[in-house]
Amino acid sequence: MATTPLLAVEDLDVHIGESHILHGIGFEVAEGGVTALLGRNGVGKTTTLKGLLGLVERSGSVRFDGRELTGLPTHEIVQQRIAYVPEDREVFSELTVAENLRLAERGDGEPRYDLVHDLFPRLQERSRQRAGTMSGGEQQMLSLGRALLNDNRLLLIDEPTKGLAPNLVTEVADVLERMSELTTSLLVEQNLGVVRRIAHHALVLDHGEVVYSGGVDELLDDPARTRDLLGVGSTSGGSH
Amino acid sequence: MTVFVLLTITGLGLAALYFLVASGLSLIFGLMDVLNFAHGVFLTIGAYATWWSAQRLDLIGEPTLRLVVAIAIGMAVGAAVAVAVEVAFIRPLYGQHVGQILVTVGLALALTALLRAIFTPDARAFPVPDWMGDTTSVFGASIPNSRFVGIAAAVAVYVGLMAFLKRTRYGLIIRAGVENRAMVTALGINVTRAFTLVFAIGGLAAALGGAIAGTYATSINPEQGGHLLIFAFIVVIIGGLGSLRGAAIASVLVGLLQQYANFYALVGAGDLIVVLLLAVVLLLRPQGIGGRAAA
Repeated sequence: MATTPLLAVEDLDVHIGESHILHGIGFEVAEGGVTALLGRNGVGKTTTLKGLLGLVERSGSVRFDGRELTGLPTHEIVQQRIAYVPEDREVFSELTVAENLRLAERGDGEPRYDLVHDLFPRLQERSRQRAGTMSGGEQQMLSLGRALLNDNRLLLIDEPTKGLAPNLVTEVADVLERMSELTTSLLVEQNLGVVRRIAHHALVLDHGEVVYSGGVDELLDDPARTRDLLGVGSTSGGSH
Repeated sequence: MTVFVLLTITGLGLAALYFLVASGLSLIFGLMDVLNFAHGVFLTIGAYATWWSAQRLDLIGEPTLRLVVAIAIGMAVGAAVAVAVEVAFIRPLYGQHVGQILVTVGLALALTALLRAIFTPDARAFPVPDWMGDTTSVFGASIPNSRFVGIAAAVAVYVGLMAFLKRTRYGLIIRAGVENRAMVTALGINVTRAFTLVFAIGGLAAALGGAIAGTYATSINPEQGGHLLIFAFIVVIIGGLGSLRGAAIASVLVGLLQQYANFYALVGAGDLIVVLLLAVVLLLRPQGIGGRAAA
């Protein structure tokens, strides 16, 4: 018997200005583990995440645990226990670390400060520091911490290792691996080492359409296909 | 020395008025990207509501207490009108800047005309207790007590708003929303409620400004909000959109410069100096004194 996917997307179509970014894409995300959303730069990966959350105008259907989300405003979509880690962290630079976290408290359960501080001890050490004065890596930790503070059913994570030093990439990958044990994630990531390490399923976007949906190893173990779909050679190594 | 003290304290009194109007205007623009040209009318309506209430509170014999209660009613009316404007006219036009400008300019004109029709264009004597009309000597300068009341009211509003922004969850939402409204909604927060609250705060402060302006001039008229709004916009731009601290500093700068220039240069030079200050700030620091940060 087929199980209902946690997230089911059909005919998701997005125009931004004159550009037609997503051409009615459809895919499913099963409950548990990490699904990687891959593709060359500019194919619409970030737009897909924003479209799911209603942060951009879109048409089509987005069903989460059987419930249609497209008629809901963004804050109500997030209240379905969906968290978003944006591409450029988007921490509130004028607020302190503690205030950034406090703002993320949704009130639908006890905020998980123990978990966040266990994963990112620096956030506790720097709780009174303004977020805008932290390094890019620390801001990424704060952005991830914000998403983990609530007990979410789905995390939408956009390029969490982008622009980070190699040692921080490993650190973030460790956290993502631990997060994958806690909740379902849809991860946009360019670092194929990280993808291979933590994701089990991959979706590849090209020209606004889903052109691959299948196992991560199946994709990355095929150099010709990887080059064809992603424009890069696959790396089988770690997270660097 | 005496003249300088007089100019300084009356300049600060003027700054208090500017701040009471500009604080709400700045938060509204910073959080919601709404240029609210109807904000001056909140001030005028607050002043008329205070005046109207004071006429009808005969059962309160003590003039100061009567004025305080009337001001509280005026502030409530100012906040209610601001909320009604936000819900009925601004909310359907979020993100449509031209539409917002047309609607708020239209509202300002229509509501001012309505006030003229109801209360006539003539100035109305504002009820000021005797002690507020008296003066206090400061280093030889005789300062009207109403100026001290105005300054105290503005300081109280500043301290209250800062405490609200720093210590409450809604304050946190507003500070974050000024910086990145989309990300606030992406955290599951209904930012629309914060919008309405900011309008209510703006209406409250502007209405208080209307009553304070009434105690300064001992009269009110339907046009007073529009005149103050021009300088409030200048204060908001110099202070930095959305910055309360910037609005406070800019209010003091504008109020003092106007008074000094009008006396030491020539009458009318104050307005010119303020426009020059605006030009200098836009050239050297376009984001204003406080940048884009609510507190």
